[in-house]
Amino acid sequence: MKEWLVRWLSGDMELLDNVSDGEEVPDSSREDLKKRKKEIRQNIKGTESVVSAERKGFFAFYHAVAVLSCMVLIGVLMYTVANLPRYGEENPRTVEVVKRYVEHGVEETGAINIVTGMILDYRAFDTLGESHVLFTALVCVLILLRLDEKTVRGGHLDSYYRIKEDRYFDISGDTILRLVGTILVPCIILFGIYVLLNGQNGPGGGFSAGAILGAALIMFSAAFGFDAVDRVFSAKVLSLTTFVSLAFYSIAKGYVFFTGANGLENHIPKGIPGAILSGGLILPLNVAVGMVVACTMYGFFSLFKRGNIGGA
Amino acid sequence: MEMKLIFRVILLILLIICAIAVNLTKNLLQSVIIFMFYSSVMCIIWILMESPDLAITEAAVGAGISGVLFLMTLKKVRSEDEEQKPVIRSDERKEQGGRTEP
Repeated sequence: MKEWLVRWLSGDMELLDNVSDGEEVPDSSREDLKKRKKEIRQNIKGTESVVSAERKGFFAFYHAVAVLSCMVLIGVLMYTVANLPRYGEENPRTVEVVKRYVEHGVEETGAINIVTGMILDYRAFDTLGESHVLFTALVCVLILLRLDEKTVRGGHLDSYYRIKEDRYFDISGDTILRLVGTILVPCIILFGIYVLLNGQNGPGGGFSAGAILGAALIMFSAAFGFDAVDRVFSAKVLSLTTFVSLAFYSIAKGYVFFTGANGLENHIPKGIPGAILSGGLILPLNVAVGMVVACTMYGFFSLFKRGNIGGA
Repeated sequence: MEMKLIFRVILLILLIICAIAVNLTKNLLQSVIIFMFYSSVMCIIWILMESPDLAITEAAVGAGISGVLFLMTLKKVRSEDEEQKPVIRSDERKEQGGRTEP
């Protein structure tokens, strides 16, 4: 039996008074609170009108500038587009370059797909820059998002635990996702390798193949957890692959640039156009670019998701 | 030929509608999905313009990987938002409303 019930049964009337007081107290406090709220609101309203007038002026100015700059940008872009040559029409300014590429492209580069021939032979220096841009982006994301023991000791414990919780509530054990991953991932990897090796003969090439392979890796790690990927694809493997690919690209293309600029003989065989092993350096360069892109995409996903790559 | 032209015009109008809708949608998840749809429409337009190389890249990067990265960022942003809100659990509410025993 409870103590207050015993006292009530024995006729203690003070308890009832206390109870009624206890019930009235929250009501009065509520009324007090309402009054206080009203007072505070009235006080705020006095200052609000000044602040809102300032804010309204600022936002009107902001909207006006935003709309104006947007209109100017649209005008500039429309003017540029209007001055472009029509679709499928010859551009008189670049007709020599286009003619050279279309007529002599196959015999000079050994690639049937003239787009790949342009990207990885005539304009290979641009592609080198692009793959280095991707590598730099990966390094920047690594600097910004990486969580290691030093940052945890430095007082960022909350974010570290949040990410651990994210891993705890991972959906990688989901049955449907696992089954779909089991069926789809091999097909995606196979398609990626086909696009990678077929770049000089058909549509495809390093960038698209690298994106497809990276997507396959992302799907695998989402379905089977990061631990399954870490066994094969650790941070060391990723950095080594990226370094070897970029270094190979730079050295191989540097050799071609050096011999081409000095009129020396190029010892790289062109092969028969149409075969897989054709196009001289195009196939290995495609593989190098594809590796860099795949590593970058998977690195982005891993860093966004858990703050490190391959457990390091 | 006319069917092809009509198809192309429909796709281009869809593209413009998607580009405006991404900006005007207030729900971020919906705008990410509209952005991915924009990439898929753009992929079909690349194929119609006879540049399959770009179409493959657009499908893989625009509709695939960037969408995944956007969704993951959205999840992180949302979890941070929810942490800032004061959450009252059901047992805490009972303790506040119910009378404490003397």
